[in-house]
Amino acid sequence: MWQITRTDMKKYIHPYALAGLLPAVFFLTFYFYPLSGIFIKSFFDQGKLDFSFLENVFLSTRMIKIVWFTLWQAGLSTLLTLLFALPCSFVMSHYEFRGKKIIQTLASIPFVLPAIVVAAAFQACFGENTLFSKISSQFPLILILAAHVFYNFSVMLRIITGFWTSLQGRTKEAAIMLGADPVQVFFNISLPLLKPAIVAASILVFIFCFSSFGIILILGGPSYSTIETEIYRQAAHLFNLPVASCLSLIQIVFTFIFMWIYTRLTKKAVKFSPQSQKVNLAKPDLLWEKFMVAAVVIFIMLLCVLPMSTLVIKSLTHNGEWSLLYYEALFENSSDSIFYIPPFNAVKYSFWFAGNALLIAVVTGICAAFFIRFADDKFKNSLSSFFDPLFMLPLSTSAVTLGFGIIITLDKPPLNLRTSIFLIPIVHALVGFPFVLRTILPALRSIPQNLTDAASILGASPLQIFRYIDFPLISRSLAAGSIFAFTISLGEFGATVFAARPETPTIPIAIYRFLGQPGVMNYGQAMAVSTILMCATAVGFVLIENFRTEYSEGF
Amino acid sequence: MMKLRFSLIVLILLMVTLFSCSGNEQKEEEAAKQSLNADRELEITIMTHDSFSVSKELIAKFEEKIHAKMVILKSGDAGEALNKAILSKNNPLADIFYGVDNTFLSRALKADMFVSYTPDNLADVDPGLSLDPENRLVPVDFGDVCLNYDIEWFKNSGKKPPVMLEDLIKPEYKSLCVVENPATSSPGLAFLLATISRFGESGYIDYWQKLKSNDVLITNGWKEAYWGKFTAASKGDRPIVVSYASSPAAEVFYAEKKLDKAPTDVVIENGSAFRQIEFAGILKGTKNMELAKKTMDFILSKDFQEDIPLQMFVFPANSRAELPDVFKNHAKITKEPAPMDTGSVDTKRDVWINEWTEKILQ
Repeated sequence: MWQITRTDMKKYIHPYALAGLLPAVFFLTFYFYPLSGIFIKSFFDQGKLDFSFLENVFLSTRMIKIVWFTLWQAGLSTLLTLLFALPCSFVMSHYEFRGKKIIQTLASIPFVLPAIVVAAAFQACFGENTLFSKISSQFPLILILAAHVFYNFSVMLRIITGFWTSLQGRTKEAAIMLGADPVQVFFNISLPLLKPAIVAASILVFIFCFSSFGIILILGGPSYSTIETEIYRQAAHLFNLPVASCLSLIQIVFTFIFMWIYTRLTKKAVKFSPQSQKVNLAKPDLLWEKFMVAAVVIFIMLLCVLPMSTLVIKSLTHNGEWSLLYYEALFENSSDSIFYIPPFNAVKYSFWFAGNALLIAVVTGICAAFFIRFADDKFKNSLSSFFDPLFMLPLSTSAVTLGFGIIITLDKPPLNLRTSIFLIPIVHALVGFPFVLRTILPALRSIPQNLTDAASILGASPLQIFRYIDFPLISRSLAAGSIFAFTISLGEFGATVFAARPETPTIPIAIYRFLGQPGVMNYGQAMAVSTILMCATAVGFVLIENFRTEYSEGF
Repeated sequence: MMKLRFSLIVLILLMVTLFSCSGNEQKEEEAAKQSLNADRELEITIMTHDSFSVSKELIAKFEEKIHAKMVILKSGDAGEALNKAILSKNNPLADIFYGVDNTFLSRALKADMFVSYTPDNLADVDPGLSLDPENRLVPVDFGDVCLNYDIEWFKNSGKKPPVMLEDLIKPEYKSLCVVENPATSSPGLAFLLATISRFGESGYIDYWQKLKSNDVLITNGWKEAYWGKFTAASKGDRPIVVSYASSPAAEVFYAEKKLDKAPTDVVIENGSAFRQIEFAGILKGTKNMELAKKTMDFILSKDFQEDIPLQMFVFPANSRAELPDVFKNHAKITKEPAPMDTGSVDTKRDVWINEWTEKILQ
C-alpha cells in the first residue's frame, strides 16, 4: 500500500513535466531554429548590422496603414463570426435533431478550400455577374469579411458547441429547479462557464484572420494588404529580406501579446465537473424551439452549403447539361505531362500527409496541454503564461519566411529535410498543433484537481489517470482540434508544392495545376478536383468523429 | 447500434490499412528507387517554378540515355523560386535552375551562382534572346505578355477590339479591362514594363492614372483575372485581360470539343506586348558538372524544345524546333516586342513597382 501526496510528488520528475519536452524539442527544431536562421541572415548580412530598413517600416505610412488594417479586419471578422456562431452553437448543443451531424460536418468543409476556389464559389453564388463584380470592385471588404466568416464559422461552432454540450446537466437543472428562468441560466451560469471556450475560439479565429493571406490577396485585390501579404510581396518579389523579416517579427510580437493577454484573462477559469457521458439532448418540442432549429439549419445551409454546392454543380455541368465529362478527363493525361496527377493518387497522398500531420499535431498537442496544466499548478501560472502564447506562434508566422528559414537551416544531416517529403506533415503539424492545444486546454483545465488527486490517492498511475479520467473528458474537444489539424493539412498548398514530388501529389496541387493554364477543360477539371477535395474532407471528418466515439464512449 | 459500431470499426481498420499501405508503398517505392540508384547511382536535380512542365516520355528517354534519375523541384512562383535558389547558393538544392525570366535576370546574375556554359544548340537560338554574354544563363523559352480579348463579346457589343495600349484609356473602353498587380504577378510586371516602354518613364504614371479613371480592374494574380473576371473564361464582366499571346492556343487545346477558331484574340503590335524570356543555367556547387552540362544540352535540344509549347504554352528558344499545329494556327508572336533594356529593368524595377504601388493603388 502506497500513497502519493502532493509533496511527495515534487521529488520526482513528474511525467507531465517530461511531456513538455516533446513539443519543446519539436518547436525548437522545426520552428525557432529555421526562423532565427532567416532573421540572422536578414539582419546581419555580411557581418554587419544594418538598421536602415527600419525607416522603411516604421516611418512609412503605407506600412502603418497595413498594420492597422490587419488588426481591425481581424477583429471585425472575429466579432462577426462570433455573432453568427454563438446562436447556432446554442441550438446545436441543446437540441437533438435529424441531420445534425451532417450539418456540422458540412459546416467544417469550407476550411479546406483554397481561396481561389472560394472566390469562384462566391461568384457563382451571387448569381448575377454584375452584382458580384460591383461588390468585388467597389466593396471588396465585404467579400473579405464574408470569406473569413465562411472559413472560420465552423471553428467557433465546433469549439463552443463541444464545450456547451458538456455543460448540459446538473448545474443547469439545479438552477431551473431553484426557479431561474432560461435568460438567467444563460447569463449567470452558461456564459461564465462558456467563457473559456468562447475566448479560446475567438483568439484562434482572430489570429487566423490576423495572418490571412489567400483571401486578402484574391478577394481583396491589390488595394488591401495585411502584414502577411506584404511579407510575401517583400520576400518573394522584391527580395527585401530585412523588411520581410522585420514584418514577420512584428507579426510574431503581436501574436505573442494577444496570447499573453488571453492567458491572463482566462487564468481564473471556472472549474466544474464536466460530463463525458453521452448527454441526452432534448428534441425540439415547442414551436419556438422548432423554429430556432429550422432557422439555424437554414442559416448554415445558406452560409456554407450553398457556395459549396455551386462548385459541385459547376463540376457536373457543361454547356448547361449534366455531364461527367470533367471527371472522366481527370483520368487522362492529355498532354502526357510528367506532372499529371491521377486522382486516386492525389487523394491517397493527401490522406497520407494529413494523417501523419494529424498524428504529430495530436501527440505534441496533448503533451503540451498536459505540460501547461502541470505548469499552471506548479509555478502559479508564471511559466504557462509564457509557454502558452509561445505555442500559438506558428499559426501567424508567415509561410514564406518560415520556408526561407527552412531552406537555409535544415540543410545538413541529420536534419537534411529541405526537400524531404516528411517536411510536409511536419510543417502542417506546426500549424495544426495550436488548434489541438487551444481546443483541449480549456477542457483539460476545467477538470477539477480533486478528481485526479482522488484517483492518484487510490493508486492510479499518471498513465491510468490519463487513460481513464483526462482522456475521456477531453476527447470531445480533442476531436474538434483534430479535425482542424487534419483539414489544414488537407487544404494546404505552399509547403506541399515545395517538397512534393511528381510521385506524391496532393489534391490542392492538382487544383492549382489545372488553374495554371487557360482552357475550358482546365477550369472544369479544377472544379471536379475541388469537389473531390470536399468529399475527401467529409470522409476524413466522419472517420475522426467515429474514432473518438469508439474510443471514449461508455465512460 | 451494434451494426453501426461494427461498420465503424471496419471503417477505421480500412483507414489504418490505407495509411499503412501507403506507408508500405512508400517504402517499396523507396526500395525500388534505391535499387535503381544502385544501377544508376546518379541524380540530376532541376529547380524551377510552379508552371514548369515536361512530358513523361521525354524525361524517361533522357534518364535512360544519361543513366541518371531526373528530379524536378518546384519551388513556388518565379520570384519565390529564384529567391530560394539565391538563399541556398552555398549549399544548392539543385544542379540546374530553370526559369529565371528577363525581369529577374540581373538579380540572378548578381547573386553569382551560375556557371558559364555554352550548350551545343545555343547557335540555333535567336541571338536577340541571349542577354548574358558570359552564357551563365542561356535562353530556353519565351512568350509575349499582351492584352487578350473575348472575340464574341466584342462581336455582340458592336465595339471594335483594341489595337494598341492607347485605346484602353478611351471612353468606349471604360470598365472593360482587367490587369494584374505588377508587385505580385509576373504578367502584371511585364505589362507595366510594356507601358513604361511605350510612354516612357515620365509618362507611364500619367497613362495609368487615366487607365484608373477609365475603371481598369486590378487583381493580384493571373488566376483571379483570367478565371474570375475575364468574360471568355468566367462569369466576369471584363472582355479584355492581360495574359499571354499563346493563351488562345491553350483555349483551343484545352477546349472540350475541337475548335476551329480560338474564342480569344490578342493585341500584340504597336509595342503593346512585352517579351518574357526564360533562362536556365548550371548552379555553382553542382555535384556532377558533366551531367549538368549534358542536361543543359538536352534542354536546348530539338526534342525538349519541341515539347515546350504544349507543356508550358510558351515558345521554344531554339528556332529549329518545329511548332505544334495548335501553336502554328492560334498562338502569335509579336514582330516588335516593346523595347526595354534589361540593365534598366534591373536598376529601376523596384523603384517602378513602388512608384506604381503608391500612385496607382493608393
